[in-house]
Amino acid sequence: MINTGDTAWVLISTALVILMTPAVGFFYGGMVRKKSILSTIMMCFAALFLISIQWVLIGYTLAFGPTKGGLIGGLNWLGLLGVGQAPNVDYAATIPALCFMMFQAAFAIVTPSLIVGAFVERIKFGAFLIFTGLWATFVYDPVAHWVWGVGGWLRAMGALDFAGGTVVHVTAGFSALAIALVIGKRIGYGKDNMEPSNIPLVVLGAVLLWFGWFGFNGGSALAANGLAVSAFVVTNTAAAAAALVWMLLSWLHRRPSVLGVATGAVVGLVAITPASGFVGPLSAIAIGGIASLISYYMIVLRMRFRIDESLDAFACHGMGGAWGAIATGIFANKAINPAGANGLLFGNPGLLWTQFVAVATTAAFAFVVTYALATLIDLIVGLRVTANEELVGLDISQHAESV
Amino acid sequence: MKKIEAIIRSEKLEDLREALDAQGFGAMTITEVKGRGSQKGITLEWRVGEYRVEFIPKIKVELVVDDRAVDNVIGVITSVCSTGKIGDGKIFISPVEEVIRIRTKEKGPGAL
Amino acid sequence: MINSGDTAWVLISTALVILMTPAVGFFYGGMVRKKNQLSTVMMCFAILIVMSLQWYILGFSLSFAPTFRGLIGRLDWVGLTGVGQLPNAAYAATIPFLAFMVFQAAFAIITPALIVGAFVERIRFSSFILFSLLWTTLIYDPIAHWVWSTDGWLRALGALDFAGGLVVHISAGFSALAIALVIGKRIGYGKDNMEPSNIPLVVLGAVLLWFGWFGFNGGSALAANGLAASTFVVTNAAGAAGAAVWMILSWMQRRPSVLGVATGAVVGLAAITPASGYVSPASALIIGAVASLIAYYMIWLRMKLRIDESLDVFACHGMGSFWGVLALGLFASKAVNPAGANGWIFGNPDQFFIQLFAAVFIAAFSFMATYFLAKVIDGLGGLRVKENEELVGLDISQHAESV
Repeated sequence: MINTGDTAWVLISTALVILMTPAVGFFYGGMVRKKSILSTIMMCFAALFLISIQWVLIGYTLAFGPTKGGLIGGLNWLGLLGVGQAPNVDYAATIPALCFMMFQAAFAIVTPSLIVGAFVERIKFGAFLIFTGLWATFVYDPVAHWVWGVGGWLRAMGALDFAGGTVVHVTAGFSALAIALVIGKRIGYGKDNMEPSNIPLVVLGAVLLWFGWFGFNGGSALAANGLAVSAFVVTNTAAAAAALVWMLLSWLHRRPSVLGVATGAVVGLVAITPASGFVGPLSAIAIGGIASLISYYMIVLRMRFRIDESLDAFACHGMGGAWGAIATGIFANKAINPAGANGLLFGNPGLLWTQFVAVATTAAFAFVVTYALATLIDLIVGLRVTANEELVGLDISQHAESV
Repeated sequence: MKKIEAIIRSEKLEDLREALDAQGFGAMTITEVKGRGSQKGITLEWRVGEYRVEFIPKIKVELVVDDRAVDNVIGVITSVCSTGKIGDGKIFISPVEEVIRIRTKEKGPGAL
Repeated sequence: MINSGDTAWVLISTALVILMTPAVGFFYGGMVRKKNQLSTVMMCFAILIVMSLQWYILGFSLSFAPTFRGLIGRLDWVGLTGVGQLPNAAYAATIPFLAFMVFQAAFAIITPALIVGAFVERIRFSSFILFSLLWTTLIYDPIAHWVWSTDGWLRALGALDFAGGLVVHISAGFSALAIALVIGKRIGYGKDNMEPSNIPLVVLGAVLLWFGWFGFNGGSALAANGLAASTFVVTNAAGAAGAAVWMILSWMQRRPSVLGVATGAVVGLAAITPASGYVSPASALIIGAVASLIAYYMIWLRMKLRIDESLDVFACHGMGSFWGVLALGLFASKAVNPAGANGWIFGNPDQFFIQLFAAVFIAAFSFMATYFLAKVIDGLGGLRVKENEELVGLDISQHAESV
């Protein structure tokens, strides 16, 4: 039975999450050099329209269709066949099935856009399109099915992921690392000055992400109820805690930086994502604060290993999301969400192990499949632009445009 | 003393700075400029069709050096910044009457 | 009987659509030369201010009040007399009448803002304000009455326009062409380099438009129900298809451009607008894709005819939505919306011809009335700035400001 309040809340949440994909484009775009800013924005915008189409044609049914062995959905809903205005009670009983589908679409769209940070300033646009379409089909859709699909094997095992810690952030982050290793370092990495070209644009992106995240986590309650409010509150709290910690870390190092607090906020939002419907505000402070510590030092480590995973999607999303999923196993509380479970701190160590299994399997799957996919695409069409195209910049070489 | 003004490709700046620094010429001023020479212009994309950009972004590097260093510096610039294609840029040399270090009020080649 | 879910959805949709007017300012502002960037942003912002007032004082009554012969509303609701918190069941039975009014306001505000693209870089600010006020009162309000008021004559004829293909996009697009012909070409058109000054700003504008469009179309269901969800889904699908096709077209010509995909998305969204509450997602993909093809070649044609309708409002909104209005006549299905009609593909050719008639009539009326209005204002005070004001740029000459 359709509830208009629930439907209104999920509809606006969907719009908020869809906004986040171009926001990622601004967030990343302002961080790269001026000669590649447009190409970075372009790639995230392309993820939006490419996956919008892939999702309605095949993605939704693979991710949420009636399960085949707990591993993938069947093709029952190819082209949205059978997905109508009446609710699908298996997923969300009080909103139209089309509404649930579209909300999920927003997540499928933003996830591949996060990976863009790994290969900015050097990927060929055509290769990017091919990679993104295949990644969505062979990595995102299966993992979404395992964790969120009815009958999905990780869901059946009891793994909890309220809004996408494993499905979105762990997959994107570990995939980013994989493709960064395949595509190789940018020319001049470690030697040349690679300064961000537009820090206000980065902050605009971060702001739209923070704003959209209320839909990302709050909307995942699939209703306008107490749980949605709780998720909304912990989302804001974790972001604030993480931004504060990052500010302190960067101040200890040198100066409190704008780029730093923007990044810290995003890291906190990432970490709270899987836990947002299961934990309370105080836990959120801990989850956000620790996430910044972890991601900050993961970046230091990455730089020490001289890996050019350029915009640290692995450190922020991969490791931030992994921590958030593990933290769910620690801080989850059935008093917040009876449909969830208790975590370690509330007397149930079993959840922590389940969460660990979920993180490990999704991370490994994402990494391995992405590595293979990237290698294959590199062999067939080539992932990277020529040296000359890279030096002149992707804006001119790939898009014949310039700021 | 001479002022060496070089208009170079933007992407060559880092390599040039490093090479000049290695030769002991660490001091320079850079400006982002737009210009055209034989390269004339490039064609970029509008929503449908194209538009011409008549002035290409370049970097202008300026150094003031002792007369005896001029050939060395020119050699570094030409070897680092040349690609062999149209658009590599130009170097202009002009005499400099005096140089003064503001902090200590020193004058002459010693102030360079 | 007020339904809180419906009301919440319409209120947030209203905010989303109001956001779209300054978004048009960014979208257009980034496309013009730097010396006119502020004036373009200013014009859209000024419309937000002036038309909000016009609507409250007069426009709403002219558009929606009890009719005078089906041609125009009487003055019953001037100054919003009689427009209160209780629903008006003739228009929207489950939301306060004030909510319906302010939702409609957002449409009345954005429509004249679209026309700005026709006369950027050369219009006198005072003439622009006068033109926009008169245009809204003499052209927008009657058209809105004919198509959307309960006794409007086009509505009585059976013409369908879910969210504003006729009322907003065709009227703005054909009016843009008319005033462009009256005001004449910019100095140096066809000769001088007129490069976009801020492409990231264009993308920000397009992103806020895409985001706002969920309210533009989805909110037009005036309820948070299955129809709103369906409308939301087809809106995203058409925008995605429009962007994808434009990417392919610009890639075939030279390179896939950021400006191109941003434009393609807007074209797809404009095309789906009239049909959004009546068609399926599959139809929406086709509608968006074909719209890009049409608009792309309309721009090419305009350039060949050397008409300086500077930012292609006619090609994108006028012709994109003309196709959308016709497409409704092809693809509409009562299975999607029982209160609508079936289109030709579902066995009812009549709807197509009704749509065709409405589209042609609105296009012709908008064009002729605007041509006349523009001529009158040009005769009275002059539409255009002086030559040296145009060369120095409108930012300095009209607003004494500069980026």
